[in-house]
Amino acid sequence: MTLAEILQSLFPQGHRLNLANGLVYGCATRATGGSIQVIGVTNGVALGVDDAVTLSHHVLDVVARREREPIVVLVDSSSQRMSKRDELLGLNEFLAHLAKCLIYADSCGHPTVGVLYGNTAAGAFLATALAARTLAALPGAHPEVMDLPSIARVTKLPMEVLELKAKSNPVFAPGLENLAQTGAVHEIWDPAIPLAGQLESAIAAQAAHNGDIRDQLGLQRRGRLKAADISARVYQLATEAL
Amino acid sequence: MEHMTYHYAVDKRATGTRLLAIVGVVASGNLEVLVERVLADKDCEVVVNTAVSGFGDVWEAVVGDFIERTSAGGLRMSINDGGARPDMVSLRLAQAVASIAEDA
Amino acid sequence: MNPISQNDGHAQPAGAAVTWYESSARQRIDGLLDTGSFNEFLGPEQRETSPHLAMFDLPEQFDDGMIVGRGQLDGKPVFVAAQEGRFMGGAFGEVHGAKLTGLLRASRETRSIPVLILFDTGGVRLQEANAGELAIAEIMRAVYQARLAGVPVIGLIGGRAGCFGGGGLIAACCSALAVSEQGRIGVSGPEVIETNRGIEEFDSRDRALIWRTMGGKHRWLSGGADRFVDDSIEHFRAAALDLLGTHSSTGLEVLQAEQSRLERRIERFGKCEDALDIWRSMGVATPSALPELDYSSFMALGDPIRETRDDAS
Repeated sequence: MTLAEILQSLFPQGHRLNLANGLVYGCATRATGGSIQVIGVTNGVALGVDDAVTLSHHVLDVVARREREPIVVLVDSSSQRMSKRDELLGLNEFLAHLAKCLIYADSCGHPTVGVLYGNTAAGAFLATALAARTLAALPGAHPEVMDLPSIARVTKLPMEVLELKAKSNPVFAPGLENLAQTGAVHEIWDPAIPLAGQLESAIAAQAAHNGDIRDQLGLQRRGRLKAADISARVYQLATEAL
Repeated sequence: MEHMTYHYAVDKRATGTRLLAIVGVVASGNLEVLVERVLADKDCEVVVNTAVSGFGDVWEAVVGDFIERTSAGGLRMSINDGGARPDMVSLRLAQAVASIAEDA
Repeated sequence: MNPISQNDGHAQPAGAAVTWYESSARQRIDGLLDTGSFNEFLGPEQRETSPHLAMFDLPEQFDDGMIVGRGQLDGKPVFVAAQEGRFMGGAFGEVHGAKLTGLLRASRETRSIPVLILFDTGGVRLQEANAGELAIAEIMRAVYQARLAGVPVIGLIGGRAGCFGGGGLIAACCSALAVSEQGRIGVSGPEVIETNRGIEEFDSRDRALIWRTMGGKHRWLSGGADRFVDDSIEHFRAAALDLLGTHSSTGLEVLQAEQSRLERRIERFGKCEDALDIWRSMGVATPSALPELDYSSFMALGDPIRETRDDAS
């Protein structure tokens, strides 16, 4: 699906979105009445300080209105912008600030749903798609932490060796299946069915549970067998120790 | 990866009452030694996990030599090796025993 | 049970102050907290190692490079998490990350015990990339939710891996940070920038450039950290106590203030080519001399002019 098709299917009643310089933000008419707020990164652009601060500005405007509108985070990005300037200006603060704004919005009653339809990687992934409480993806989306050739270079292993290991273990290689199996992606949507309805289901499902269930998803899907158990045991020991 | 376990019958129990100690870090040229007071006074065990294969003889010699000159009875020493040289291994084993040979 | 050993082979000259940079994670915890007060959760004797390293023929560490537990700082309870920067570069793996996630979620439940995070990390552990990235996302959420529940989460940065990648994002979610000159904070490391954008963009062998751009002095001056400390465990302990004693909150107003501050930073410094230009712009007469200034001289110069963070006043 193209971005235009995705927007049409998500917001059949229409939208007033600003699309410029690889960013998107604005609001859309919700099928069930009211509005849905949207931010996002498009066209596979890298997320730098200027981009992050623009998107976080919009999130805070939404929260300040106190209408608890759902926030959709559309994602087709590359990684964080890798430049001297971005590091000099403190990119870590800008990306974290965007994530904090989304997490804060969630805590104030705004359902936050990421819709990954293209690529995303590393720091951009953390600040956008992974900062929403529910992450949905469309088939064909390609999330990654780092591309396989770079992993090969850094770990000093040949690509063929990595590709072979990736067959039996979803824990390091890029791709939608692996990120779904490890619990990053909650659900994969069906492009043949209107996306608006799937979005409403995701919003409703989010209301049913309060916490971050990704480690449990990873366990259920056999993608992360230790995380949920380890964090639960530390939680237990830390709360008992009183 | 190679895993070796060495068992020893020893004369002298490790002094002190501490039950647990850990020294070192798993990094290039380094190793960690986790020492636990879990065996009978006359027993000693050294468990080695190493990513560097083919040095079984060296490990056996270094560890055996250490046990011979140390009061290590009652201890299990578990090693995760990051590619340490024999003198570093001996040092860490000595530090580990010194750490646990204190009173809790 | 406190199995921490003080001596893991780093010979400190007798009578010398113990440096943070040279210390192991366990030594830092031992020096930071009140003597004998540390109680470790899921310690090395539990042998909860990484399930993924064997596939790469890599050695494991019994605590997977993350030590979590509870102790006391000046008689008051604190939760502590410390990364061992020399094991796999302090990088986040599945078990490593999950220990910190559990600790933070507990602090939110408990509400009355602050959290100290001793960062020393290059980011995600690539051999477990997806699990590491997810752990970081879960930790960012857990940090901020703990803060929303009123729990201070203080980060201490000064180890040899610095605080990079996802670690840099977690750090910026904390209530406050203390950083030493040796510390570095960033997202993309120097080598990553050079590999992706070329040596003209960033020469990863230019150490002076690295420290000007990402080092503790620059971060403190530009508002990326709240306290600048000398490289000793004693100084970090004092800074932790100081930061725990300050009232820190978050919420819409604080986030809005942060937003304004970040927008202003781009307005003021967005066209600067180098940290020297930023410092000059802040009023430093001889910016090139700044990296060489000793602790007291640097503090005297920097304190009146530095940018401060709004949510850690």
